[in-house]
Amino acid sequence: MEKFEGVTGPAAPLLRANIDTDLIIRIERLVGTGRSGLGGFAFEQLRKLPDGSDNPDFVLNKPAYRDSPILLAGPNFGCGSSREGAVWALMGAGIRCVIAPSFGDIFFANCFQNGLLPIALPEEEVRRIAEETEGSQGAGRTTIDLKRQVVTTPEGRELPFAIDTRRRDALLQGLDDIALTMTRQGDIAAWQARDRAARAWAWDSVQ
Amino acid sequence: MARTLFDKIWDPHVVADLGGGWSLLHIDRVLLHDLSGARALNEIKEAGYPLAHPELVFATPDHAVSSAPGRTSETFAGGARLVAGLRQRAAETGVRLFDLGEDGQGIVHVMGPELGVVLPGTTLVCGDSHTCTNGGMGAYAFGIGASELKHVLATQCLPQRKPKRLRIRYEGTLPQGVSPKDMILHAIGRFGAAAGTGHAVEYAGAAVRALSVEGRLTLCNLSIEMGARAGMVAADDTTFEWLAGRRFAPKGAAWDAALAHWRGLPTDAGASFDRDLLIDAADIAPQITWGTSPEHVLPVGGVIPDPSDAPDAARRAAWTAALDYMDLRPGAPIAGTKVDWVFIGSCTNSRIEDLRAAAGILRGRHVAPHVTAWVVPGSERVKRDAEAEGLDALFRASGFEWREPGCALCVAANGEAVPPGARCVSTSNRNFVGRQGPGARTHLASPAMAAAAAVTGAITDVRRMEAA
Ligand code: SF4
Repeated sequence: MEKFEGVTGPAAPLLRANIDTDLIIRIERLVGTGRSGLGGFAFEQLRKLPDGSDNPDFVLNKPAYRDSPILLAGPNFGCGSSREGAVWALMGAGIRCVIAPSFGDIFFANCFQNGLLPIALPEEEVRRIAEETEGSQGAGRTTIDLKRQVVTTPEGRELPFAIDTRRRDALLQGLDDIALTMTRQGDIAAWQARDRAARAWAWDSVQ
Repeated sequence: MARTLFDKIWDPHVVADLGGGWSLLHIDRVLLHDLSGARALNEIKEAGYPLAHPELVFATPDHAVSSAPGRTSETFAGGARLVAGLRQRAAETGVRLFDLGEDGQGIVHVMGPELGVVLPGTTLVCGDSHTCTNGGMGAYAFGIGASELKHVLATQCLPQRKPKRLRIRYEGTLPQGVSPKDMILHAIGRFGAAAGTGHAVEYAGAAVRALSVEGRLTLCNLSIEMGARAGMVAADDTTFEWLAGRRFAPKGAAWDAALAHWRGLPTDAGASFDRDLLIDAADIAPQITWGTSPEHVLPVGGVIPDPSDAPDAARRAAWTAALDYMDLRPGAPIAGTKVDWVFIGSCTNSRIEDLRAAAGILRGRHVAPHVTAWVVPGSERVKRDAEAEGLDALFRASGFEWREPGCALCVAANGEAVPPGARCVSTSNRNFVGRQGPGARTHLASPAMAAAAAVTGAITDVRRMEAA
């Protein structure tokens, strides 16, 4: 996983409730394309007009936000499909942090497997960051500091955010989850031996 | 201490306490499909990990295969490579694969319960958000992403935080013409698309106990559309009767031992939940969605809402965009909206009972001339059972296309799509922007409501048709 310590840049506001992972990346792109190369397809149904040209009204098409590393979103961002391609597409489009009032559970877990930081802040705060950014025509920078667990808004306000310790440490160090679980192989074997005795039916029925 | 069904499954599956609220959870069964499964098997090979327990893993192609009559894995060229990869890697690793045309093939969440792979009291994952469907068997089943899937394949375990407990009780009796699909859409409309986030949901109450296994699977299927990774219904005699004799269900003395275990799993009287919600089943009407989130749902007699009535700014923005995408006008009744397509299928509503419910409306009637109507059975087994009952002939005679099992129009990942701008009543679970194809407009409903829309060519209250 890619390490993540922090990021600074304009925060692009996309303040709509329930943005689902189908909208972030269309399934057809995942049938045909590998992990890389998805960035150009992120939000394509919002980013493009039906004739294939860029939609000038879509936030990530506006000059001030083209290179935003931070996305501001509405509640329940990333709901829907479990496709991890949604995270790969966002990262491919240069996004390293999403700030929203709440997230879909599977998307949230997928972020931490890849080095994208989802931050939950109250809706009011997300809106204020958007206003501060837009008030400066996109020139205002938002800074994320994961070690201190602080978001610094364009006007310099410091907003602390909560994050699970295990997940924060994994991001800071770029840890490989599977390797960690592999160190527990003794525990797993012991559990399975006990379970095979207690619930033989759960094992034998698929032999 | 009184414990819930969820606690009774979760707690004994904890292999190790990882600290900080994290547990290493044992996973008893893994389902793979052609999209996420083929990729995961390739990636784990590249990473150099062998499969921890291939005998606990079951695979089938469903997403990226054509549903056209007479299809092969090559019919949709875009998915051919995925199916080929799944076959090759399953053969190399010893994972059981149920291939096209074989008994057992089907939509992964239809196939798992039907083969007896999903058992009460077990834990199950799949790289698919609708894995929650399988909770209808009384299992703890949840969807995961690609990285977590690799993790389970390599270790048979997954580090997890225990979700909170949410119970939704449906008391009373469902009115005529109202289905399990309406029960869950009603709850999503009332509590919202994020009401279950961070929770494992148990559906309980008299109206749930009265449901068939198929109905419980439908109910649990939309848990993720309420934000919950997992939904479940306690297994009971209905479940046991349905499960007995299925291919991978325990047999003989093992069945008796399993049954003794399963009978101890239901939530104890007095067990507490973090949240407990109550619905009177008698209040539920047939539901239809109007927008682009499953929470954008109405009773079929309702009117399309006005964004100025939205509860907050983020929802106002979403409602406005949804009405624009769906080409609908606030204040107009939803019933009577003209439809172009009808799709009966998906892991929500493609089981034999769903097909029977739709057929009940179609008998002696015909699809409106301007409507294209498809029925896609959820699995090879459902297809064969339906054909044995003559349902295929009935669907064909009424003007439906009878197709091959798979995800088909639910997801448009297989070369099949509702055309841009066309309006489709669908028995699937997602009305997201572009879900059924770029520009496609989706209205979610029950199989009977979908059949009624096909016949009348418009969104119609199925209860009126039954009375006719
Ligand atoms: S039918 Fe639809 S929701 Fe179900 S598994 Fe297939 S694509 Fe997913």
